[in-house]
Amino acid sequence: MFRDSGHLIRPAVVLLLGLGIFLAIRAAVVPKGFGKYGHYRPQALALIRSKPISFAGQDMCLMCHDDQGKARAAGKHAHVACEACHGPLADHANDPAAHKPVLPDVANLCRRCHEKDAAKPKGFPQVVTAEHSGGVLCNGCHQPHNPHL
Amino acid sequence: MEMTRRDLFTIGGKLLVLASVGATLEQIVGAEPAPDAYKMADHWWGMIIDIDKCIGCGNCVRACSKENKVPGGYFRTWVERYQVAEGKQPKVESPDGAMEGFPPLTDENIKSFFVPKLCNHCADSPCTQVCPVGATFISPDGVVLVDPDYCLGCRYCVQACPYGCRYLHPETNTVDKCTLCYHRITQGLTTACCENCPTQARQLVDFKDPKDPVHEFLRHNMVQVLKPYMATNAKVYYKNLDGSVR
Amino acid sequence: MIPGVDGFMYPNEVELQWSLLIVLYPYITGLVAGAFILASLERVFKVDAVRPTYRLALLTALSFLLVAPLPLQLHLGHPERSFEMYLTPHTASAMAMFGFVYLWYLTVVLLLEIWLEFRAEIVYLAQTTKGLRRVIYRALTLGSMNVSPEARRLDDKVGYIVTVIGIPSAFMLHGYVGFIFGSIKANPWWSTPLMPIVFLFSAMVSGIAAVLLLYVASMKVKKMAVDMRCVDTIAKYLFYTFCIDFTLEMLDLVHRTYESDESFRSLDFMVHTRLFFSQVVLQIFLGTLVPLCLLAANQLWRFTEKARRAMYVTACSLTMIGIFAMRWNVVIGGQLFSKSFLGYTTYKMAFATREGLLPAIALMLLPFAIFFVLVYLLPPWQEPEHVSAPAGD
Repeated sequence: MFRDSGHLIRPAVVLLLGLGIFLAIRAAVVPKGFGKYGHYRPQALALIRSKPISFAGQDMCLMCHDDQGKARAAGKHAHVACEACHGPLADHANDPAAHKPVLPDVANLCRRCHEKDAAKPKGFPQVVTAEHSGGVLCNGCHQPHNPHL
Repeated sequence: MEMTRRDLFTIGGKLLVLASVGATLEQIVGAEPAPDAYKMADHWWGMIIDIDKCIGCGNCVRACSKENKVPGGYFRTWVERYQVAEGKQPKVESPDGAMEGFPPLTDENIKSFFVPKLCNHCADSPCTQVCPVGATFISPDGVVLVDPDYCLGCRYCVQACPYGCRYLHPETNTVDKCTLCYHRITQGLTTACCENCPTQARQLVDFKDPKDPVHEFLRHNMVQVLKPYMATNAKVYYKNLDGSVR
Repeated sequence: MIPGVDGFMYPNEVELQWSLLIVLYPYITGLVAGAFILASLERVFKVDAVRPTYRLALLTALSFLLVAPLPLQLHLGHPERSFEMYLTPHTASAMAMFGFVYLWYLTVVLLLEIWLEFRAEIVYLAQTTKGLRRVIYRALTLGSMNVSPEARRLDDKVGYIVTVIGIPSAFMLHGYVGFIFGSIKANPWWSTPLMPIVFLFSAMVSGIAAVLLLYVASMKVKKMAVDMRCVDTIAKYLFYTFCIDFTLEMLDLVHRTYESDESFRSLDFMVHTRLFFSQVVLQIFLGTLVPLCLLAANQLWRFTEKARRAMYVTACSLTMIGIFAMRWNVVIGGQLFSKSFLGYTTYKMAFATREGLLPAIALMLLPFAIFFVLVYLLPPWQEPEHVSAPAGD
């Protein structure tokens, strides 16, 4: 009886061998610590955290530029962060001499927020720039850090 | 003009002092100075968005793009402008994700408003559910992240996100999305979009911080999440969101 | 305005994520599952009439199964990382199990069944051929030359058990592909519990049609007579399966139309515009109603042999096109509308790129090349005559 079923052992051995090789490889190459916090590589957290910062943040700017901060605090732009207008300046904060900020492009900058748009909240100060100043730049009349006339 | 009038010596001096004690940028800035001081278990991040404050300037979109080097034509955050006429389908626009804001809208007779969008960092996120290998996940502090070194690029998660927040990064060929500026918030900074929002329409919040303004905000306002019927437990709350928003 | 976009898409939605290659994937696995289920008809349900296609169906299933993972590999952003599916399969993901279901089906079901079925020939050829062929056949014997009547009786018994296991496995392989789509709640075009069963029956339809076509074509090439009783029986089964498949698809359609949930307006518009040709013309009319009528006519009236053959070949060819259109409409259609239900995008098919038309055509031809090789190695035409040929172990 067994003489005639012996050949059936062979594919079974092949399958089990394959399974064994698979399990061995798997044990060797699964990323270290996988599953520590959940079904993912814990190293991914550090990797994502290591990305460089572009915007230094309010507190950083004010460490040096507290004079401008005070001027701004008195006006309507008190809660607008420096880099919202001046752009990302972490490089500058790290090495002020090597990275000099450029002045914002006033002609476009102010308009982005203050151009009249029916979808903007009603209380928000808006003007139709084409009619408002007759081509004079905003900072001809308004101080950017405290824009009230 | 204002810019050039800074006292270079003062800054130089301050940084010299800091450099001499071996401080890094991170350490100067945050309430939680060293990276090791950050305890994931103490945070549960989300965002609150006040529709009544959004002016559609696109500052958040530009800031996000710069901070995270988002490839052109793809968006981790974007702003939509809705025009909802009575009894009609809403008209929605988001030219280049509002990277340059919007062309002015003059019709005052139609209800119109802006809706900033970003990953909702869902607590029951359908995107992380479907990832076949565990390359996208919810961090212990509640941020939905992608492991760029492990992602296959199968894009099943892109299909599973009800909000259209994911894309395949054309250079890395892995899926990319909003990280809620994980590299910033774990150092005590706020996200690039919140930092640069001129009207505080969007604010990063920590639900595990008992002093966070979010608790007050949720208690006193009518809030909504996007597509609540998807039951994703989204953690981006909108104040005064119109029912037409999808 | 972005070219190709009507209305409003979320900005990241403009580009389609799943291309033509992902259309091929369910199409090919469907052919595998369908061909195998036809083969098992003979084995398990003892439908003697389809016996001439039994071995052909097994080899067809294997040819397509070997190609099934290739479109997926080619589509991945990082094909070199695909082994991660075996390393750290995410149990919550419908896709994670694909690798395991695939390997199970390939090794435990299909290869084993083919080996058991062809063992007598393999042993015979290992003893009668020379050179490289001899080496190949000797390797295929796995070192056992025992083809005694008792051993063959055991093979048959084990083969039966493997087929019995194989039927639910084939159901799983393809029903599960349907689940990959059907379980995406974010996409109303996909999200329906009917999806796995619709996929399954359309798989059977396409698999049966493919085997019938391959059988008729093989007979023509080999200049052998077509067994009409066999072809008639297959056509009958194709008709029944097709009826169930069509009913399920119409049930889905009627249900969607009647319920008219928030996505309906948007999806309805899509079916009447961007999907009109592929869905209404190709899938429903040419790919389903016409072949159904041809098959039904054969159940009602008796035609001449020549007419029958022509009708079957026409019906099966149209069926293959129709099922392909169905896969296209599911995969591509599911990405043409915005999840905001306010706009539509366009699929721009590339040609000679990694996910373009050219590799897709190559991938569709590859199974036939494999089939050719398999048929050469393991001729499925005649019944084993040398069962009791020289034994020895």
